[in-house]
Amino acid sequence: MLLIPCPYCGERAESEFSYGGEAHIARPADPEKTSDADWADYLYTRTNTKGVYFERWMHAHGCRRWFNIARHTVSYDILAVYETGAPPPKFDTKSEV
Amino acid sequence: MVERYLRQSPLAHLGLDGRAQAVRGESGVAMSEQPFRGIVNLRVQPDDSEAMAALESALGFALPVEPNTTAASATALAFWLGPDEWWIVTPGPEPESGPNMAVTLRTALTDRRGAVTDVSDSRTCIRISGPRARDLLCKGMPLDLHPRVFPSGCCAQSHLAKTGVVLHLIAEDGPTFELYVLRSFAEYLWLWLEDAAREYGLTITSS
Amino acid sequence: MSQRYRLPDGGRIDRTAPLNFRFNGTALRGYVGDTLASALLSNGIHLVGRSFKYHRPRGIFSAGAEEPNALVQLGTGARSDPNMHATQVELIEGLKARSQNCWPSVDFDISAINDRLSRFMPSGFYYKTFMWPAAFWMRYEYIIRHAAGLGTAPTGRDPDYNDKTFAHCDVLVVGAGPAGLAAALSAARTGARVILVEQDAEVGGALLGLAGEKIGGKPALDWVAAARAELVESADVRILTRTTAYGYFDHNFVGLLERLTDHIVDPPAHLPRHRLWKVRAKQVVLATGAIERPLVFRDNDRPGIMLAGACQTYLNRYAVKAGQKAVLFANNDGAYATANDLAAAGVKIAAIVDTRPNPEGPHSERAESAGLPVLAGHAIVGTTGDKRVRQVRIARLNDDGSAITGEAQEVDCDLLAVSGGWNPAVHLLSQARGKIRFDEERGTFVPMQTEQATHVAGACNGSFGLASCLTEGFATGETAAKAAGLSSKSRRKKTPAASNETFLPARWTWLVPSETPLGRGGKHFVDLQSDVTAADLKLAIREGYRSIEHVKRYTTTGMGTDQGKTGNVNAIGIIADTLDRPIAEVGVTTFRPPYTPVTFGAFAGRDVDDLLDPIRKTPMHGWHERAGALFEDVGQWRRPWYYPRAGEDLHKAVAREVAAVRTSLGVVDASTLGKIDIRGKDAATFLNRIYTNAWSKLEIGKCRYGLMLGENGMVMDDGVTARLGEYQFLMTTTTGNAAAVLQHMEEFLQTEWTDLDVQLTSVTEQFATISLAGPNARRLLSEMTHDIELSPNALPHMAFTEGTVASVPARVFRISFTGEMSYEINVPASYGMAVWQAVLTAGERYDITPYGTEAMHVLRAEKGYIIVGQETDGSVTPVDLGMDWVVSKKKDFVGRRSLARPDMLKPDRKQLVGLLTDDPQVVLPEGAQLVERALPNPPMPMIGYVTSSYGSPNLGRSIALALVKGGLARKGETIFAPLADGRVVPCTMTDPVFLDPEGERLRG
Repeated sequence: MLLIPCPYCGERAESEFSYGGEAHIARPADPEKTSDADWADYLYTRTNTKGVYFERWMHAHGCRRWFNIARHTVSYDILAVYETGAPPPKFDTKSEV
Repeated sequence: MVERYLRQSPLAHLGLDGRAQAVRGESGVAMSEQPFRGIVNLRVQPDDSEAMAALESALGFALPVEPNTTAASATALAFWLGPDEWWIVTPGPEPESGPNMAVTLRTALTDRRGAVTDVSDSRTCIRISGPRARDLLCKGMPLDLHPRVFPSGCCAQSHLAKTGVVLHLIAEDGPTFELYVLRSFAEYLWLWLEDAAREYGLTITSS
Repeated sequence: MSQRYRLPDGGRIDRTAPLNFRFNGTALRGYVGDTLASALLSNGIHLVGRSFKYHRPRGIFSAGAEEPNALVQLGTGARSDPNMHATQVELIEGLKARSQNCWPSVDFDISAINDRLSRFMPSGFYYKTFMWPAAFWMRYEYIIRHAAGLGTAPTGRDPDYNDKTFAHCDVLVVGAGPAGLAAALSAARTGARVILVEQDAEVGGALLGLAGEKIGGKPALDWVAAARAELVESADVRILTRTTAYGYFDHNFVGLLERLTDHIVDPPAHLPRHRLWKVRAKQVVLATGAIERPLVFRDNDRPGIMLAGACQTYLNRYAVKAGQKAVLFANNDGAYATANDLAAAGVKIAAIVDTRPNPEGPHSERAESAGLPVLAGHAIVGTTGDKRVRQVRIARLNDDGSAITGEAQEVDCDLLAVSGGWNPAVHLLSQARGKIRFDEERGTFVPMQTEQATHVAGACNGSFGLASCLTEGFATGETAAKAAGLSSKSRRKKTPAASNETFLPARWTWLVPSETPLGRGGKHFVDLQSDVTAADLKLAIREGYRSIEHVKRYTTTGMGTDQGKTGNVNAIGIIADTLDRPIAEVGVTTFRPPYTPVTFGAFAGRDVDDLLDPIRKTPMHGWHERAGALFEDVGQWRRPWYYPRAGEDLHKAVAREVAAVRTSLGVVDASTLGKIDIRGKDAATFLNRIYTNAWSKLEIGKCRYGLMLGENGMVMDDGVTARLGEYQFLMTTTTGNAAAVLQHMEEFLQTEWTDLDVQLTSVTEQFATISLAGPNARRLLSEMTHDIELSPNALPHMAFTEGTVASVPARVFRISFTGEMSYEINVPASYGMAVWQAVLTAGERYDITPYGTEAMHVLRAEKGYIIVGQETDGSVTPVDLGMDWVVSKKKDFVGRRSLARPDMLKPDRKQLVGLLTDDPQVVLPEGAQLVERALPNPPMPMIGYVTSSYGSPNLGRSIALALVKGGLARKGETIFAPLADGRVVPCTMTDPVFLDPEGERLRG
């Protein structure tokens, strides 16, 4: 069970959280002008990273806030936590396994 | 006028007051229901200094902005629940006439962004005290409740077994914890706690 | 035969406390402090079981958790456990144990014929033999499992209960041998919160089984006692004995299994049997010690053949001589200590057979000076003895140890102690993704790198000397505490002096040659529990397997409940030799939790029976119970299903309840519906985006039905939302979706529309909801309120007001899920029971009838109202439901763009229709498949299925709703429902609204 640092409540057990999938998937600003392919991409296409992955979590049994973390998908190390809307931090280790 | 005797707590049918007894020496845990607390859910932007000031003057004390902490006056207790969310808990029943806490806070927040919602009936409170109270809670909660980490006055939202709770350590003496639980889950939680407390010896005390 | 192998004194058993126990029905005696294994050995019993595949007689092989052979069934009936290690079971008065995997008895086992047939059962035997015909595998499997089997499951309900708990600490120390005790001491001296875990009943680790060890000039166990006493006195230190760290998971989360009452004869009922600890440790120190490795030689599996260290432990800790006449077979110096101790205790040492040509080292020298018969450069090439080793054959090895030279000699014995070196117990380290490497000097895998906040100390780290264990332990404990943030210095004490002898020097021997080629005559066992031999490994390689993971799966080596603790490294060595590759290249198989088996009961804890899952109850639940309601689970909620009167079954009760609503008055507890308070200046804008229809113009005091889609365009939820004020709405959700809807909306508010001024608060549980439905609803409600104007003009259909009902503050919504005039009364939940009772009392004159979910479903189906989750399954759009009327064409909303995707516009999507059976008496089963034409036999192309189906009392016939391909355009056509019982039911597709399509009734 992961230990997730909620940016608001502090470190809490994974069982308090809901997973929200990949972060930084922006809803197209004008869905009507978005092509079928781009819309399908927005709905369904996600990366499957071996390395640092940016993902969303929600502190369901806590402050109910959504936030982002950078997690290494091999070691499960949580390398950064940041608020929704903030840009993803940069890592040199992205390709390192 | 509302007939208060008509109210029923979610644990009333378990007859807890009837089963209550004086705490014996060997009992590791004592539990009671503390029903009918007044609870107001408050949402306000903490950087809205005007709103925060208005709330402070309405409450008589400043809302706690440190995560997982509480602040209190003689008549009200404020829980930090999130970066823009608090609970204002009042110990007894709401006054039958005159402005109640929700109205007071709503007035203070007039024209400001936020929300004031009475959620008193949605929860009940279970008090747990005794030398094994911490051990009992740790059976179901992933929180670290060591006094160094979770001292007196702390509060936290988490889960206990399979239901969400708000936990408050009201006094290290005892120690004495209070758990707020949604009323539909209250019977499950109480029975779970009774079962988990069995190895320590449980005393039920009157509210 | 009464403990004639017990020494008159010494050991850690209590001779003043004798115990009676039974093994395979025979009454035996032992002492407090014994394990089942030591007590059996004290009575001269080595034969304890039969092997898994060949049913060969097997004896006690080890003295600990690594035991591959001595698995026994403990207890009887409901309190019975299979696969218990006799080497770890503490002896208690009245203990009953029996051998597993043998019939009719361990002495005479019919399946032992398998051993004779063994050359027809090579590795992969099951795969090769039972593959054809494939359909027969189920039958083969049954027979194979029956013949193999590893004990039997308990026959009744578990009479004990089990507990689970979370725990947190700065430093978790696994293993309370010298290194673990030292680490715990130095960590505790910094003020750290320490948990020390020991699988044994007492602390001390390997020291408990050694004689003559000194720490600081005094007996080692004095130091152990002092260390324990200091730890017990330390605040914030918890010592857990009889506790196994079984799994090391992500983020330093470690699972422990504590056995609280297994060693108590009549455990008090208030104590749990097992406790599963879920520990979050800032730092972990692994001081798990090492496990002795056997040698792989011909017929190395007979009872009486035992690890050398185990012989030593039985002697020193339990005062038991495992035999009278012993042979030691070793490739290292350390094993000589066993021969020395046995000789000192009066056991005749018939031979010490050492593969090393020149035995060196302190223990060897002691043995030689004591005059023990040492055969250097020799090996055991065979053994005899059916149920106990009787004789060994010894021959000289050639220079490189690959073959024997000269004639073999025979030596009689009743005990053969073997040692092939030691393997650090790196299981937990490996589970924590730590890396290990093969160390040539020590001939084993040692830790190389940790990946989590893990530290390793002592023999687990490859540091086998006692002095190294202590030095490393003290240093590691302090390092770990520091890493956990403890700043204060450990009150440093000088590390006490101790000897630093190890089992080295050694000569590595993976496979001991014999007189005949491998596989011809006799067996070289590698994995005793899974009955895997060296020949099996070589066959797998000949058949083309190269990866250690594949060889493991093909031969099943290391796949027993012992997970190959004694066999794996030998298997790797043999594979490496066969492939002629370095061991480091072959690598190891993955170590997986659990380290030793964990009972299912411990994982379940108290999540059983009524506490398995929360049962959510409404404020009026007690009334429903007293009224005799039968209940239905809706999510976690328990809702009244129907209220049968005497003699009524489901259909009669529901018919009565439904009729009451249509003719007079019904009442239903609707408290479970989700309720979300929505406040803020942008609340209407928010609803416009969340719901498919428009909300800006909804008047204050009015309600509107809304449909919510996921971004993929599929129906997610529906419900009625009321506008309570300019900036305040109250949304209702379906019972099962309340939490999901709140999360969905919070997600959009927090991640997409952060500029909106909207606050969401769940008020589901703040209110009890009492829903009155039927022609007399208004009449009754008007009698119960003095301040709410109920006339159709003042409170029309889809309107909302506030006032008091039964003198309790109430919100009243005139909305309907039944098609009848209906009022939903929301009162503070604490008053729910009182108001409900008042409604029932006042309603008597209208013969008010409480109704349950079943009647509610019939009533709504008569009106063609959908239930999300019944008519929808996450693949149904509003268009599919024929609900275009609620989908705005003028605005964007969540899911809108998806409705224009090409797949969503296909005419053959499954669409909602009403379904009337040609025979009005036939009620289709829900889920029934629908076809265009019925064929005599399946498969038949399916064009849809029934989502809801009831007998409708009001229509006097059955009705159903169904999703059918292209159904919206096919109303009036006939399709067929072929049922499981062979009937084929013709049905006609219709409009889904069966009753009062104009809605006159609900407008009243």
